[in-house]
Amino acid sequence: MADATVLYDAPGPATIRRQRVYSAIFLVVVAAVLVWIVLKLEDAGEFDSRVWNGLTRSNVISALQDGLLATFKAAVISIVLAVVLGFMLAVGRLSDHRWIRLPFWAVIEFLRAVPVLLMMLLVLKLTGGHDIDPDTRGLIAVVVGLTLYNGSVLAEVFRAGVQAVPKGQVEAAYAIGLRKNQVMTVVLLPQAVRFMLPAIISQCVVALKDTSLGYIVLYPETVRQGKLIAQFLQNNLMVFVVIAVLFIIMNNLLSELASWLERRLSRRGRASKAAAAVEEVLPAG
Amino acid sequence: MQWLSTNWTDILKYFGVTVEMSILAGLIALVVGTILAAMRVGPVPLGRVVGGLYIRLVRNTPLLVVMLIFAFGLPELNFRPSLPLASWFGSESHYELIYFNFFWTSATIALGLYTASFVCEAIRSGINAVPLGQAEAARAIGMTFAQSLRLVVLPQAFRVVVPPLASTYIAMVKNTSVAFGVGVAEAAFEMHKLSNDFSSQVLPIFIVFAVGYMILVAIVSAVSSLIERKLAVS
Repeated sequence: MADATVLYDAPGPATIRRQRVYSAIFLVVVAAVLVWIVLKLEDAGEFDSRVWNGLTRSNVISALQDGLLATFKAAVISIVLAVVLGFMLAVGRLSDHRWIRLPFWAVIEFLRAVPVLLMMLLVLKLTGGHDIDPDTRGLIAVVVGLTLYNGSVLAEVFRAGVQAVPKGQVEAAYAIGLRKNQVMTVVLLPQAVRFMLPAIISQCVVALKDTSLGYIVLYPETVRQGKLIAQFLQNNLMVFVVIAVLFIIMNNLLSELASWLERRLSRRGRASKAAAAVEEVLPAG
Repeated sequence: MQWLSTNWTDILKYFGVTVEMSILAGLIALVVGTILAAMRVGPVPLGRVVGGLYIRLVRNTPLLVVMLIFAFGLPELNFRPSLPLASWFGSESHYELIYFNFFWTSATIALGLYTASFVCEAIRSGINAVPLGQAEAARAIGMTFAQSLRLVVLPQAFRVVVPPLASTYIAMVKNTSVAFGVGVAEAAFEMHKLSNDFSSQVLPIFIVFAVGYMILVAIVSAVSSLIERKLAVS
């Protein structure tokens, strides 16, 4: 909280007492809401052994495992492909020639503005009637949609990362006689990667969350499997809360990784500032 | 292109639903997000904890799961909010003008509460971007926490906050499409329906809807740069 302490004085004895009262009132309100929720849940039979014993049944567990595996599969393939696509788009976007730069700019802006779900629905339709089994069709739809969207986002991340490298580096590289692609591969990229890593991992969280849209294109990932389990146990609330907790755990681990990397970077002030600048090109949400 | 001439009123109507969802969810997100941001920078320790917990939980849950909890989970607790949905475009009858729809309401509330966590982080980063000297000066002339926040820090923070807030709202407009997954008939639903009905026209249909979303995104950007120019100091 060091960042906002200027907003109020270090509390004196009277203020501490007053704040304790506020905290106590707040605590009572929060506790009351929690108790009300628990009572309400109990009332609706959400704590029934039918639900919770059901969740530990082996067929339910293995259905969840299948779903998690499918989620990871889609997420990993999409992220790897998105990094490749993003790199290619960024190279085109950074071109010195206007006639190359403009079409790449248009493609990136188009992909960034269209909802991922629309792309997935398009791919689902386009793969129809080709005698592909529905699970594979769903996987293709999810992977293509996520790759196109995250590729366009990562393209902007790469561009910002390359542009965050101090200009003197490029000038020095040209001065010692390196060619354009050598400047990129030998001087710019190795430095830019350091700035880009936290942003790339943040985008992995987004990609992992967006695999849940596989639910709509009938890809049997975690949420779709959760829906099956919910129908099987005849309970929606607790099953979806469990699914949410699974995602929260996975994403928190990824976020921890990102902030660990950021802490490592922040030992060098300039690098962390550059990394923060790169993260600003990420869309929110 | 016959599908376009016979269906364009429907397309406008369902984009109307998307717009209405965006406006209502945007208002919910702004109110809840601002309260959360005030809690997170405020002097009450428990408020900071609760605010931080909300962000950590909601940000890391997929929007679709939040919507599923609201649309299918909460009805088990007899929580079924239902708000009127006005259908402005292409309605031939009076019945369509305003109707109450539970799925529309719950998806919109879910979207608003989800987006609130991103709004909160945008506002908080804006507050942190205001130079420390400003808050120090406000404290030095004897303003309380509420006064210095309201009169000195927040007016300056809002200026910094506009671009990240616009980015949040652009993402939210696109996220309305997820509501299709819990049975809300909005633009993505209409695209799916049309591409089922005219399966040889899948690509042109996609492009029309993509352009529709791009127009909405462009409107948000235009409004944000207008506000930015209004707030800019000389």
